[in-house]
Amino acid sequence: MPGPYTKTLMDPLIENNPVTLQILGICSALAVTTSLLTALVMSAALTSVLVVSNGAISLIRNHIPSAIRLIVQITIIASLVIVADEILKAYAFETSKRLSVFVGLIITNCIVLARAESFAMRNPPVPSLLDGLGNGLGYSLILIALGSVRELLGAGTLLAVAVLPTIRQGGWFEPLALMLNPASAFFMLGFLVWIIRTVRRHQVEEPEFRPRTTGSKAG
Amino acid sequence: MGKLNPVYWWRLLLGLPNDGLTKTLAVALLVALASAIVVSTASVHLRPMQEENRERERQARIVALVSAAIGDAGPLIARVVELRTGRYSPDIDPVTFDQRAAAGDPARSIAIPPEADIAGLGRRANHARVFLREVNGKIDLIVLPVYGQGYQSILYGYLALRGDFNTVAALSFYEQGDTPGMGARITEAAWQANWRDRKIADDGGSPKIAVARGKAEGPYEVDGISGATRTGQGVTNLLRYWLGNHGFGPLLDRLRKEGS
Repeated sequence: MPGPYTKTLMDPLIENNPVTLQILGICSALAVTTSLLTALVMSAALTSVLVVSNGAISLIRNHIPSAIRLIVQITIIASLVIVADEILKAYAFETSKRLSVFVGLIITNCIVLARAESFAMRNPPVPSLLDGLGNGLGYSLILIALGSVRELLGAGTLLAVAVLPTIRQGGWFEPLALMLNPASAFFMLGFLVWIIRTVRRHQVEEPEFRPRTTGSKAG
Repeated sequence: MGKLNPVYWWRLLLGLPNDGLTKTLAVALLVALASAIVVSTASVHLRPMQEENRERERQARIVALVSAAIGDAGPLIARVVELRTGRYSPDIDPVTFDQRAAAGDPARSIAIPPEADIAGLGRRANHARVFLREVNGKIDLIVLPVYGQGYQSILYGYLALRGDFNTVAALSFYEQGDTPGMGARITEAAWQANWRDRKIADDGGSPKIAVARGKAEGPYEVDGISGATRTGQGVTNLLRYWLGNHGFGPLLDRLRKEGS
């Protein structure tokens, strides 16, 4: 029987995944998954920001006036994002240039604010840190899956190492240019949600409206 | 406990009702302060490494520019030049020298007299960093940083000259904010390739190099970009400024004399 801490950490991985169940953070998930490396770096940046922001907000949660609650949260998140961005520019310059604005846009990533507002404001620091880590890893899982498939099928490489020899290099593999377009990430995300909800049927949402012809009232 | 004890005040603050005005202001202030400290500490600590990364990128860009123009770039030597005299300044480290910062520092820059300021710069640094390639002890390539006012932004680029100091090997702009699809096309390789083997000046004369209005005529001109007359004029002006007496003129004169 897993303890409550294990549940806090493991739940957001698949069961309550922020991307595939709550459909949050889609913008960056589409933008940075053209290659595995950018997906990994973005995942690391978001996970660290999420863990630290959850921890910091949880620490001061009992002293945040409700009138300025959101602004305090955003200030903390924004500062952490700037720090993450500066660190990337210092230690991973090339990748940070490919990620361009998307690291800065973690500020507006719904996952971070959602976890701060719905979890860290109501729970002590340790569960909040675990919740941040769990949700960060859940986001990372999706990004890494998308990034791997898109880089593999779009360029025949993984982490810039040739896996499928492309025709241009004298091999047999014709890269699918579509995979490098943002639209392909939408399709793949759709398939992923479909697969998860086929296996875990309880994730399927009740339709908001039912057609009149069935005779039943809108539920 | 004395009223001067900060712990007392801290406890008092924490004990205040959360939605009171004092607490709201205090929390806002403290969060802002803490965030500011975190951000500025990170920024100050990481700046040297970021500068190094940018510098490495700048070097790579110069090597790429030169390689694209004339094949293998080979090792380039960076030198800081005093523009007024055209002499090298060995006391300034070319790795850390930042021409843009120097141009904004009154102690290390001069105001350009209005009649000489055709590139619209206002001030320029006393020094500039150039890159040389030597073959058998003779300079066969020199890369000069050039910049000036375009249509609605400052255009930054590098101009590579051959060993006669009168023939363009390549011109490449790497930073500009002119109209996309028009003036911004100065960054396109196809247009930049036009500059190859253009001449700067006739014998002993002042720079005649220019972007033509329309089709280029003669060895000093390249084709203008339609719809980007003002950007083209800006390119002409900045090249003439930097190749003229107030720019790299003294350096180029000295190198021509030494080379002959």
